Parts: sequence; structure tokens; C-alpha cells
Amino acid sequence: MHAAAPSPTHLAFRHPLPIRIAHWINVTAMTILLLSGLQIFNAHPELDFGSTSSFYKHPALTIGATGESPDRGYLQVFGHRLDTTGVLGVSRSDGDVSERAFPSWITLPAEQDLATGRRWHFLFAWIFVVNGLVYLAFGLLSGQLRRRLIPTRAELRGIGASLREHLTLRFPKGEEATRYNVLQKLAYLIVVLGLLPLQILAGLAMSPGFDAVAPWLPEAFGGRQSARTAHFVIAMLLVAFVFIHLAMVLLTGPFNQLRGMITGWFTVRAEREAS
Amino acid sequence: MKRKNLDRRRFLLGGLGLGGALALGGCGRLAASRTGQNALQAGDDATQFVQRLLMTPQTLAPEFPASAISASFYANGTTDPGEADYKALAANQFADYRLKVGGLVTTPFEISLSELRALPSRTQITRHDCVEGWSAIGQWTGAPLHLLLERAGLKPEARYVLFRCFDTMDSDSLDTPRPHYYETVDLVDAYHPQTILAYDMGGAALGVPHGAPLRLRVERQLGYKMPKYLKSIEVIDSFAAVDGGKGGYWEDQGYDWYAGI
Ligand code: HEM
Repeated sequence: MHAAAPSPTHLAFRHPLPIRIAHWINVTAMTILLLSGLQIFNAHPELDFGSTSSFYKHPALTIGATGESPDRGYLQVFGHRLDTTGVLGVSRSDGDVSERAFPSWITLPAEQDLATGRRWHFLFAWIFVVNGLVYLAFGLLSGQLRRRLIPTRAELRGIGASLREHLTLRFPKGEEATRYNVLQKLAYLIVVLGLLPLQILAGLAMSPGFDAVAPWLPEAFGGRQSARTAHFVIAMLLVAFVFIHLAMVLLTGPFNQLRGMITGWFTVRAEREAS
Repeated sequence: MKRKNLDRRRFLLGGLGLGGALALGGCGRLAASRTGQNALQAGDDATQFVQRLLMTPQTLAPEFPASAISASFYANGTTDPGEADYKALAANQFADYRLKVGGLVTTPFEISLSELRALPSRTQITRHDCVEGWSAIGQWTGAPLHLLLERAGLKPEARYVLFRCFDTMDSDSLDTPRPHYYETVDLVDAYHPQTILAYDMGGAALGVPHGAPLRLRVERQLGYKMPKYLKSIEVIDSFAAVDGGKGGYWEDQGYDWYAGI
């Protein structure tokens, strides 16, 4: 044993209850928002810039079907086409080949049903917004937001080292693992105070009722269809974030991480010696 | 120790995966049930409540300069009603058309197109947002609905205005009768300054694809709240007994009655 042995493996309290509750409500809400959002997208699978639609004349993005036999599905971004038959544009649902932008296994509801998709989306938009406000209020009042998400000067200076550690998949151990490191803080900060509020604003900018209240909002995005495009792109960025987030959980011990977010307690492993 | 940890891990992840799959599979069934429908309805109620808090009855939907008008304005839904009564009126350029105004009013009346055109008019260039997701900007000229309601005189029980239309959604399959298009708005939207019965689009008489001779504009809501081919206006206290009872053709198919988002 080393003379100045670091504290042995022990449990540390990591996530306060309000944050754990908010986290799991958020997981549910964002999942439903994504799947019902894709259902909504299918009703008009075209994204444009400006206030109005180009009606497939020069879409920024569209997902479609050629209508030939055999039918081919494609994703078209700024005029570049990619054959996506089987997944986007043309896919199977219940054994039948159908022309739909996103396939039935990733939309809510599975069948083409814009009315119900919208109801899911807006109900969970409310849940998502209220949950986010509670999280923010708790985070600000308890100082958790600052402690958890705002990097210190010293941390910002260490960003290069942290980047190197991550690229070589050597993650912080011991006491250091009980706090978010600088990269984590920055990623969460961008998502929590950047992308998520922006996603809510882009959603509101598409509302004719809300646009009467705040005519500047769709304009700030460059028009309602630009807001729709932004809403879609942010949704995809959030999906990318969630994939990285889950990869990190898997790489750093999923059981420990899950227990941390469920019970609040997190195992801190003793820092291993050269042995 | 190691083993046990692994098993627990697998159990937990498996459980989470299974739970997620069940939850999503169950979503469809949940949504179809009655309580599920009511729960999903709560979102729309909250949206209406909060939007109405944020806006005054006079708050206007954004208006645009003439340069913003869309070159082609997509005509959605019915674009050429096949009903005999409509065809007869259209053949005569709607010279014999009379809009009926009745229901819970003190003085029901009928009004011709030329009389409507003689009323004070409002012209607005607004963005039309379809529930499907697309938008187009158009210029509309018409008679403010509140002028007609004031002339008819609302009874105290009045709560909604019901618009009945000439068209059924599938005019070409007349053998299976389908309900006529209809819509309802409450008095807040009925008296809104931008709520007009439009007879002109882009400075010319409204064409058949866009709802000739008259279509409603309710600018703070989505396109399906703005029926085309208007036949009559009826002031009512409840829409529970009208067709599917949900307050509109698309509402009867599951769409929200309040279409402010
Ligand atoms: C994490 C949160 C969310 C995700 C992942 C998400 C995702 C999506 C997606 C993929 C679509 C379809 C594509 C599009 O039209 O852009 C969509 C549509 C929509 N979302 Fe969201 N959304 C989220 C939150 C919200 C919130 C909070 C609101 C309300 C403030 C909202 C309002 C809307 C509206 C109005 C549409 C319909 C757009 C249309 O008419 O096509 N969304 N959402």
C-alpha cells in the first residue's frame, strides 16, 4: 500500500433528487417529442428557408419516393440525392411497402396519423417545458446549475488535457469522477442553456397564435419555414448528443452511472496504483 | 462479485430496453383509449388557455408587405366542389348566392355577394399555415365577420359561430355520402379584427380552388379553421350535436379544436 493512499472505493452522493426526477421526465418527454415530431414531419417532408414553402421546387431538405417500380426512397439535401430505400422515403410497415418519409418503427403513432402525432407532441412539449423550468429554478436556487455546469477558469485552461484524455478514452477516476469534467460541462451547457431553449423557441415560432403575440420570433429565425428547418436540425443535433451521452455512459460503467442517476449514489473507485 | 455485477448490469439494461419497447408499443393503444384521448386533449386545452392569456382579443397576426406574397398559393382540400347546388351557383358567377346568417340571433338574414362587397372591407396580407407544415402568404379582402354578427344581434346564450360549407371532402365519391365541411370558432375569434369573410384574393375575385365565393380567414389559427365555400353562418351555444360533435370536419377526425399551434 502506498503511504498517502487515496480514499478506498466508496459511495459518493452525486445527483440530488430534483435533478434525478427532472432527468428521467426529460428522457421520456424528449423521446416522445422526437418520435411524434417525425410523425409530424412525414405530413410535409420538406424543409425550406424563409416564411413560405417552396413546395418541392427548391427544398433545403426533402425525403421522397421516386414512384417508379420498384419504388425507390431518397433523402435530398441541397440538391444532392442519396438512395435511402428501406428506411427513408420508401419502407415496409406491416409487411407492405409504403411511401413515407420516416419509417413506421420510428414514428409515434406508428401508422400515418398526423392528428394523434400532434397531440402527443404538444402534450409532451408542455411536460418538457414545465420540467425544464422546474429544473432551472432548482438549479439556480440551489447553486447546482453553477456547480455542475459552469466551468471554472482553471477547468477552461485544462481543456486541452481533457480533450486528449477523452480521445484516448482515459476517463477521470476517483474523486474527479464525481464532478463533471470541463468537456462534459461545456456539452451539457450548450444543450441545456442553448439547444433546448432554442428548440422551444423554434417550436413556438411555428405557432400562428404565438406569432401574433411575438411577431419578432419567426423573423428572428428568418421566417416560419426557417424556424421549421431549425427545429428539425436541432432535433437531429439532440439525437447526436444523446448518442454520445449514451456512449459515454457505456464507456464509464453503465451500472454505476445508472445507479447514480436513479439513487443518487455513485461508486468512486480507488485510484489504482502502478500495479 | 464481478459476475454478480455483470448480471445485475445486464438485468438492468435489459429491463430498461424492455420497458422502453413496451412503453412505446403501448403508446398507440393508450392513445386510442378514451382516457388516453382525454389526456392527449389536455395539451390543446393548455395551449388555448395560455395563448389566450398572452394575447388580447385585438392582437393581430403578423401582416406582410405585398412583395412577400407567394407566387403560387397551394390550394388544399376540396378544390372544385361537385355538389349540384354549388355547381348551379358557380355557373352564374354566384349572382344568386345568398349567405344565410341565423341561429341564436335576434334578426336572422340573408346577404348577397354585392351587398357583402358594399360593407366596409378589410384587406390583409397574411401567412397561411397548414397543419401539415407548409406556409404561403396571400392577400385577402373581405367583410369583417363582426359586422354581420352585430347586424344579426347575438342572443345571450351565443358561444360559437358555426360555418357550414357547400363541399364534402370527397365530392367525386357521392355514392358514399360524406359530411359537409364545417367549422366552429368561439366569439373571441369571431370578433377579431382580422376575422373576415374573404371574397377577394390578391385583388381579384376569389377563385373556385380557394373557396369561391366566400372563405373565412381566422389568422391566428391553422388553415383548417378557415373553411372555404361558405354556405351559412349559424350562432350556437354548443357544437356537441353538430355532426361528429368535435366542432369541425377535421376535429371529427381527431385534430385539435384550438389550432393556434
Ligand atoms: C426535445 C424537444 C423536441 C424535439 C426533439 C422535437 C422534434 C420535432 C420534430 C422532429 C418535428 C418535425 C419536423 C419539423 O417540423 O421541424 C417537430 C415538429 C414540431 N414541433 Fe417539435 N420537438 C421538440 C420540442 C418542441 C417544443 C417544446 C415545441 C413547442 C414549443 C415544439 C413544437 C413543434 C411544432 C409546432 C411542430 C410542427 C411543425 C410543423 O408544422 O411541421 N416542439 N418537432
